[in-house]
Amino acid sequence: MDTYSVMREFADSWMLLFLTLFFVGVIVWVLRPGSTKAHRDSASIPFRHEDEPAGAEDDGATCRKEART
Amino acid sequence: MWDYVKIAVYGVIAVCAAIAASYARDFPYQVHAVIVMLVAAGLFLLTVRRTGDPKPVPDTGYMDDVVRAGVIATAFWGVVGFAAGTFIASQLAFPWLNFDWANGYLNFGRLRPLHTSAVIFAFGGNALIATSFYVVQRTSAARLWGGNAAWFVFWGYQLFIVLAATGYVLGATQSKEYAEPEWYVDWWLTIIWVVYLMIFMGTIFRRKEPHIYVANWFYLSFIVTVAMLHIVNNLSIPVSIFGSKSVQVFAGVQDAMTQWWYGHNAVGFFLTAGFLGMMYYFVPKQAERPVFSYKLSIIHFWALIFLYIWAGPHHLHYTALPDWAGTLGMVFSIMLWMPSWGGMINGLMTLSGAWDKLRTDPIIRMMVVAVGFYGMSTFEGPMMSIRAVNSLSHYTDWTIGHVHSGALGWNGMITFGALYFLAPRLWGKERLYSTALVSWHFWLATIGIVLYAASMWVSGIMEGLMWREVDDQGFLVNSFADTVAAKYPMYVVRAIGGGLFVLGGLIMCFNIWKTATSAPARRAAPVAAPAE
Repeated sequence: MDTYSVMREFADSWMLLFLTLFFVGVIVWVLRPGSTKAHRDSASIPFRHEDEPAGAEDDGATCRKEART
Repeated sequence: MWDYVKIAVYGVIAVCAAIAASYARDFPYQVHAVIVMLVAAGLFLLTVRRTGDPKPVPDTGYMDDVVRAGVIATAFWGVVGFAAGTFIASQLAFPWLNFDWANGYLNFGRLRPLHTSAVIFAFGGNALIATSFYVVQRTSAARLWGGNAAWFVFWGYQLFIVLAATGYVLGATQSKEYAEPEWYVDWWLTIIWVVYLMIFMGTIFRRKEPHIYVANWFYLSFIVTVAMLHIVNNLSIPVSIFGSKSVQVFAGVQDAMTQWWYGHNAVGFFLTAGFLGMMYYFVPKQAERPVFSYKLSIIHFWALIFLYIWAGPHHLHYTALPDWAGTLGMVFSIMLWMPSWGGMINGLMTLSGAWDKLRTDPIIRMMVVAVGFYGMSTFEGPMMSIRAVNSLSHYTDWTIGHVHSGALGWNGMITFGALYFLAPRLWGKERLYSTALVSWHFWLATIGIVLYAASMWVSGIMEGLMWREVDDQGFLVNSFADTVAAKYPMYVVRAIGGGLFVLGGLIMCFNIWKTATSAPARRAAPVAAPAE
């Protein structure tokens, strides 16, 4: 078989299956039970570090602390 | 040490450009070589003068000076691009504006790509680069990676714009829509884009937030996909390294399909994904509440990424492209309704509970209109991709109206909103110079878009129907010139709409200028704007 047909067959079968499953997997993962709290935390990221970066010394600890409040 | 390397590199580039200019086989190439030579020589002198100066202490705050420059460049190129568009719209209405003395340089055919590239790449591109640098720092809680590499991206991109624009006017074009620049300009953009990607990724890698905010996902997909599209669509072999002409690697229908794979995904990832990154940061910030549904935003992202890349063939209905490919593009375009409207609802519902802001805040009004136009044009687009509808709409002004309701309404308005949001923050001001002027801009732009889109719908459907009208003998009723004559009033209305949009852009420039120079300074908060 020539290269085109080989790749075409692969694209039409395994790659299509992989992409579809990946996409369905993303949706399932996003909607997984108990994720609401994490998503709510992610949604508030723009409101945390408006004026300056997180300090080097606390190394992200503030983020997690703020996340909990 | 680094300064000496730079001096050597600039010197070599200037000499090579001088040699290229003298061996140039065509005029546009010669002009470009001279531009490159002058830029490199100028940088050479600048670096020589600065060598040995004490180095400033590296800053630890956010890197905002390059974002400030990006805001200025966005506003400047915006007005240039809108003005060019209004001028070519007037050329269509009043052909004498294709002046005899400028024939071959400033006629419609030469200025049209200048307009499209100025608004998409100069205005939109600068807006995306500037806002992505701003947003990725804030949402990663980290300073921009790479130091002055951000300045290289900024100035390198401006050089790309100048080379592209002068090339179009002088006739260096590879005749691919939205990808007109010739091979060496493409190579230059590739270098800039790789550095841009490195800066963006580097900043994400050093983030202090555990989660990568959704706006950054959109920006990242925009950067990565545009790199891929740009490289594949510009695979060409130069005829000579001393000439601007190149030959495409693909030919025939493969070339057409590659071009519209590129062209439609330029819309999908440059004008949609990138600007959605803006939406997901600036709309919540201006509304002062988090995005309506973060879950929906992630699904929006993945659905958009998975579907958009297949939609390109709908540009090639009724051509040599096989029907199955056209059908594939059409089906995926229709499926795009879901993520598009999901995203629109997500953006609009972010205001739920804060709808009163629409009365008092013209910036949020701009953003809401932008999201509304996003929804409208992403409804219209899939509809036009249906083969039967396309047989009426293709090659008519309907397409132009559709593009502009997306470009002016969605891209323009969300960018204006972002610029108004950024200006006081970047220049350490309490507020904008004038909210009333924002209102003026809002209404001028909105009325301009309505005039533009409405006239193009009427004109497009009219000419589509006129082209296909046959009498009872089976003969076509109208000649092409008949349709041109019939469109005249709509062309005038369109030019007026464009004029209003330019006027709004000028008001914005004035307002941002006055904000930077004479708005009251931000009161001494514990942390002021990072000093640069």
